[in-house]
Amino acid sequence: MFEFVVGSPLNIVLILGAVLVTAALLIWVERRVLGFLNERLGPNRCGPFGIAQSLADVGKLITKEDWVPPFADKMPFIVAPVIVPVVMLLSFAVIPLAPGVGIMDLNVGLLWVLAMAGLGAYSAMLGGLASNNKFSLLGGLRAAGQMISYEVFMGISILGVVILSDSFNLREIVEAQHKHGWFVFSQFIGFIIFVIAGLAETKRWPFDLAEGEAEIISGFNTEYSGMKFGLFFVGEYIGMLLLAALIPVLFFGGWYAPFEWLELPNAIISGIFWMCVKTGFWIFFFILVRAALVRPRYDQLMNYGWLVMLPLSLINLLVTGAVVLAQGN
Amino acid sequence: MLAALGKQLYIIWSQLVTLWLVFTHIFKKADTVEYPDVMPYMFPRWRGRIILSRDPDGEERCVACNLCAVACPVDCIALQKAEDKDGRWYPEFFRINFSRCIMCGFCEEACPTHAIQLTPDFEMAEYVRQDMVWEKEDMLISGTGKYHDYNFYKIAGKAIGGKGKGEARDELPPIDRRSLLP
Repeated sequence: MFEFVVGSPLNIVLILGAVLVTAALLIWVERRVLGFLNERLGPNRCGPFGIAQSLADVGKLITKEDWVPPFADKMPFIVAPVIVPVVMLLSFAVIPLAPGVGIMDLNVGLLWVLAMAGLGAYSAMLGGLASNNKFSLLGGLRAAGQMISYEVFMGISILGVVILSDSFNLREIVEAQHKHGWFVFSQFIGFIIFVIAGLAETKRWPFDLAEGEAEIISGFNTEYSGMKFGLFFVGEYIGMLLLAALIPVLFFGGWYAPFEWLELPNAIISGIFWMCVKTGFWIFFFILVRAALVRPRYDQLMNYGWLVMLPLSLINLLVTGAVVLAQGN
Repeated sequence: MLAALGKQLYIIWSQLVTLWLVFTHIFKKADTVEYPDVMPYMFPRWRGRIILSRDPDGEERCVACNLCAVACPVDCIALQKAEDKDGRWYPEFFRINFSRCIMCGFCEEACPTHAIQLTPDFEMAEYVRQDMVWEKEDMLISGTGKYHDYNFYKIAGKAIGGKGKGEARDELPPIDRRSLLP
């Protein structure tokens, strides 16, 4: 029960706790790093280096009035914010963190993640629709269109990885990279498409058109307050963490060090360490993207998705398949 | 086809350049001044809290001429003229409602006696709204403010107790016109 085997209660409790704590800390990390990138200081008042800022934020959100507008559609309005964190946490179940550390090893792990990401779209959709507010409806529409479009080639872009590793199981994908080298080199186009689609999928900058606070106030969560808004907020950060963990697993060799001699002596500690390093790098990258890039127009987003990314991912898939076929025979 | 591809590559390249430029800013020193811990340098001519100054002899400079109240664009100054036994004018009360004041400095410009002056102090927050209304006793300082030598009654021609007609600085004694007859 208390050993590092995939699916043991110890693993489940540790991973759930670590993910929730990290997601809460990310609220502070993001604001702080954004501050440094903008030559500001960011929140540094609350606790050492402002690390208790997340606690203060949560305290504020919990004590705020939890208001359901009288014109809202009650049932979906209350259900919508719960969906994001739940599906994001569920997708975390298949992420392998180290040898023997993980919650489950699904044969269709990659499909599971895609399916959960697809369910996540309901959150913004229902929230926008149930708020009965024009801006929310626009935000919900945008979120639905954006997430469904980008999901298409998010799935296609990682098929190259599946072909190369011959498996949908994330743990086997990592092992395959240990054998064949990181897939970021052999699947570079797929990797770029996956990062861009992932950003769009988690509704992070520069693809936060569903929120677009300058155009449609706050989009689908305009009417939300208190902890309902907090759930949207935390769900977004768990999504960011999920994406930042998924990119190393799919393209950067998962828990293995870049070079053999960089491995720490204990396999589990080494795995978790390298996983944290790689995930941290990608989280930093997402924050950097938020600080640097501007939001595209909605038609530009759609154009880019359907006219550039989709053909590119299809070509990538075809070429990968052809090369593997040619090498196999 | 090739041109379109080149355009896409150019777009990606420009995004990467942006990312790199923003990344370099992480190594630069933050511009933030952590205000309550570090006081910013306040310039001497900053238009902040309003004071009433005294002349070098320690008397109130204000002569209650009401020019500041007239100049005030938000009508936040109220005062009432009084006169002492020497014939000097002074405000019986002088009241500024700082919850209205916009620190424009027009009162300072309008003042003929340099009595009302603005100072670099800006920390004037109060918990009770009524505390924002300041009376003469709150604003009157014992010094001369920005103008150390100026003394209105020593220069103006008005006669007060202890200083008759023609005894002011740069002033000639009154002329008896009839004595000028040939």
